[in-house]
Amino acid sequence: MKIALMGQPNSGKSTIFNHVAGYKAVTSNFPGKTVEYTLTKFNLFGQVTELVDLPGTYSLTSFDLAELEARKYLLKGNVDVVINVIDASLLSRSLELTLQLLELKLPMVICLNMIDEAERKGIKIDIEKLSKVFGAPVVPAVAVKGKGIKKLFSTAYEVGEKKRIGKTINFSKDVEEVISQLSAQIKKKQIEQEFNIPERFLALKYLENDRYFMENYERKSNDLFKKIVHFQNILKETHGRQSDVVISSERHHLSMNIYESVVSLTKPYKSTIDYLDNILMHPFLGYISLGLIFYLFFNLIFGAGKIVEEPLLDYFYRLIPLIGKSINPNTLSFSIISGIIQGLAGGIAIVLPYLFPFLFGLAILEDLGYLPRVAFLLDAFLHKIGLHGKAIIPFVLGYGCTVPAIMATRILESERDRFIASVLATMIPCAARMTIIFALVAFYISPQAALVVYILNIIVIIISGKILSRLLPEITPGMILEIPAYHIPSIKVALAKTWLRMKEFIFIAWPLLIVGSTILSLLQYYKADNYINQFFSPLTSFLLGLPIVVGTTLIFGILRKELSMLMLIQAIGTSNVAAVMSATQIMTFTIFVIFYVPCVATIAVLWREIGSKRTFFTIAFTSILAIILATITRFVY
Amino acid sequence: MTITLDSIVENQKAKVVSISGGWGIRQRLGCLGIHPGDIITVRKSAIMRGPILISVHGNQVALGRGVARKIIVEVE
Repeated sequence: MKIALMGQPNSGKSTIFNHVAGYKAVTSNFPGKTVEYTLTKFNLFGQVTELVDLPGTYSLTSFDLAELEARKYLLKGNVDVVINVIDASLLSRSLELTLQLLELKLPMVICLNMIDEAERKGIKIDIEKLSKVFGAPVVPAVAVKGKGIKKLFSTAYEVGEKKRIGKTINFSKDVEEVISQLSAQIKKKQIEQEFNIPERFLALKYLENDRYFMENYERKSNDLFKKIVHFQNILKETHGRQSDVVISSERHHLSMNIYESVVSLTKPYKSTIDYLDNILMHPFLGYISLGLIFYLFFNLIFGAGKIVEEPLLDYFYRLIPLIGKSINPNTLSFSIISGIIQGLAGGIAIVLPYLFPFLFGLAILEDLGYLPRVAFLLDAFLHKIGLHGKAIIPFVLGYGCTVPAIMATRILESERDRFIASVLATMIPCAARMTIIFALVAFYISPQAALVVYILNIIVIIISGKILSRLLPEITPGMILEIPAYHIPSIKVALAKTWLRMKEFIFIAWPLLIVGSTILSLLQYYKADNYINQFFSPLTSFLLGLPIVVGTTLIFGILRKELSMLMLIQAIGTSNVAAVMSATQIMTFTIFVIFYVPCVATIAVLWREIGSKRTFFTIAFTSILAIILATITRFVY
Repeated sequence: MTITLDSIVENQKAKVVSISGGWGIRQRLGCLGIHPGDIITVRKSAIMRGPILISVHGNQVALGRGVARKIIVEVE
């Protein structure tokens, strides 16, 4: 059996999914965080069942890439049961999608998630009545607490076994008349079989002027196309509005009627969290809090990381001379062992102490629902670089890791916006680069200097954004973004999310780190690193004034950004970087590493999202930028 | 009197008369519960001609200035 979770953005699909799959899909409190579907297999009453977590979609007339993905998946037609997840506190709006899903005539269960939140808002829903209206079972749930999930899946199983299909609810008589006439026309066309969906659904999409379905005919301009236009015009004439507005108003009225018949309203209960917006979205206090939150955020990470970094580093670097006493330091085996130890040390002592608090803090901010507020506050500023407020979401995620940041650009509507946002996102110092800034600049120079690096980075991004939007002059479509209610973050969920993101470091980056540092040890043992360093010396030594040994580290840095720093420590042969490099050199190195060529994982995702040409452009653009900025740093700082 | 949504002051209510944008914007606003006939309350207005925050059907939506200008409303 195959079950698909379908619903509007931020309704809790991924939370339900994670209950079944363990923490596999990232959940947050902002619309549109799931941009790709996630699959899991689980055992339901002795049957191997597949569960799909689809990206959230407001309607089946789709706009952004993530929504199209969800719709395509459903239309492929091999889903046995659809679970329509609804945020019960937003019932009236959510029912519009439910009506559309029923038009698909698939076995369906409705899950009224966040039922506690709805009650708090004073919305009491008559579950039985709602279920009667749709002819489909309705299960109330509180997914974050795991309430109602068992019942939901046993109901889904039952519905799937019986292939129970809900009712299709009719629009006004005259509109229905047009729909059935158009449906009859479609029936005759064998060509429609390719879609494998009910005629009524298709007729509605035509009347709604859905781009995806219309494109086929607009080009051919055949018989059916003329008929579609004919029926669209009938609706337009009789209602005095475009046919798509007629259909969406019909659906809107139906949902409002259903909503009113099943809901009894009581007095909402306001909690203090509802008043947060008076400060956080205030035209003046909002910006002060924004600055304060991010300032405290980075201070806490640095504070927490530093406590752990120092003693751990000391410990590891006392270990190597100890081994040198039992094994001759000039042998190959000593080189390999010290390479492995340095790789381990880099992960434990330098990266993890900063990575963990950062990812945990980000998870808390995401789950609270702060990111869409930041989009609201910064929309006007982002317009100055040719984007709009929503682009801030990939940017903030970029401070964690560039790969999900580029994936998140899918929430932007225009291709040009996605391209600009992707290029800019690669320049945001991700957690890996953050460890470099913290462990080198903040640790050896001063925390203030690290702050300056961050501020300069933002300025460079703004200027680059201006340049790119000049090169691609096109007006960005305005921002339309839902601002969800705040949720008190759950520590457990935040920890699970942190772990999911750290796994990437522990299982992919760390082994790479250990292998990398062993390779560097071997290169040094055979004196092969000299050739690489010589090759890079015009850049590293002549132009940037760095020690010649950093050449090799830059190659490793393309694999993983944090490697360049850890390799640096190994290449210069001491953990006390300040003994070998001056403050200027540390700063120059850091600036160069922040901007030059995105890491391999980022290049791969860029390639997929924006294509090869634009990926090469990004690589060239960031490299040139890195060289210019690092050269300036050398002479100015 | 009909005016555009961006000229409504904070905490004022307005009824949507029509949406003057194209297909895409009509559909996207419709999805968030903004159709002709719906009642909108303007909650906040960001500085520097930034977006406005509205509430509609118990739900909050941020609209860019350009989008708000395309929504024609009526105030009592």
